[in-house]
Amino acid sequence: MARIIVVTSGKGGVGKTTSSASFSSGLAMRGHKTVVIDFDVGLRNLDLIMGCERRVVYDLINVINKEATLNQALIKDKHCDNLFILPASQTRDKEALTETGVESILNELVNMGFEYIVCDSPAGIEHGALMALTFADEAIIVTNPEVSSVRDSDRILGIIQAKSRRAQTGSEPVKEHLLITRYSPKRVAADEMLSYQDVQEILRIPLIGIIPESESVLHASNQGNPAIHFKGTDVAEAYEDVVSRFLGEELELRFTNYEKPGLLQRIFGAK
Amino acid sequence: MALLSFLFPSKPKTASMAKERLQIIIARERNGRGGPDFLPALHKELIEVISKYTRVSPEDIKISLDRQGNLEVLDVNVVLPDA
Repeated sequence: MARIIVVTSGKGGVGKTTSSASFSSGLAMRGHKTVVIDFDVGLRNLDLIMGCERRVVYDLINVINKEATLNQALIKDKHCDNLFILPASQTRDKEALTETGVESILNELVNMGFEYIVCDSPAGIEHGALMALTFADEAIIVTNPEVSSVRDSDRILGIIQAKSRRAQTGSEPVKEHLLITRYSPKRVAADEMLSYQDVQEILRIPLIGIIPESESVLHASNQGNPAIHFKGTDVAEAYEDVVSRFLGEELELRFTNYEKPGLLQRIFGAK
Repeated sequence: MALLSFLFPSKPKTASMAKERLQIIIARERNGRGGPDFLPALHKELIEVISKYTRVSPEDIKISLDRQGNLEVLDVNVVLPDA
């Protein structure tokens, strides 16, 4: 049975696209046929993060308007055979993203045998964000340990609980997961940043992972390779853990404790 | 003391403040989500009625809905101008 997962946050710039790219790559690397859809019509960026921007010919709106077939618009990922990208349109009117259009594309993807359909939501709570979450079975709420991001996450949770198809039809509610990104254990230890326990206590949804603040995320986007491919980095391992937990494994949290650097480390400046 | 704080500057500990503020605002916003959102309309009509009989400015009428346990308390506060 195919699962539709929306990656959303309300607030912009918290790591939705970065997380969508790594999460969908992680699912595909474990052998699951996966597609990741960019819902940010007018401001597409998933193609850049996935490094396929020069291969975009047709997009989501072209398919909705029947100017191209789904097969023509899907881009095969350069790293994983099981992963496909459906880019957003860069120029078209957002209104073209209709509910019936989105529904028929999702149905077609399910019929094509995709196991996981990851919807990368735009920021905000407008039409595009609504379309991304409407058909979701599960939601990954990307949150930074910071007041405006936590508040917006709570807001988007309220919208999922009211406006999603599952909520409207009264079926089993959308399964919610909290993903905390840009986490700095050092600043948490100094009581300068909300701890993951604080964020979880406020939002009251299960935690699927914590991605530490890291330079490697920028390196990854600079090169157009999802951060999960940078083996050995904290961020890649943290995303691997997220994928494992999503698939049902129980893993302890990592990268949440701050260890004071020793004297030698400080002198030689090792990180 | 000044020398000490100059030598060892302490960074402000603000995370607990963030948590407290979030708990308050989110509790308030969640309360507003469920029921009918009649507060803005009620506010507007109250202003109209009250200013029909007195010369009170809209800023002097404050209205809020609070929850205390199982009770909902509608608090309307009108500051009448000096006669």
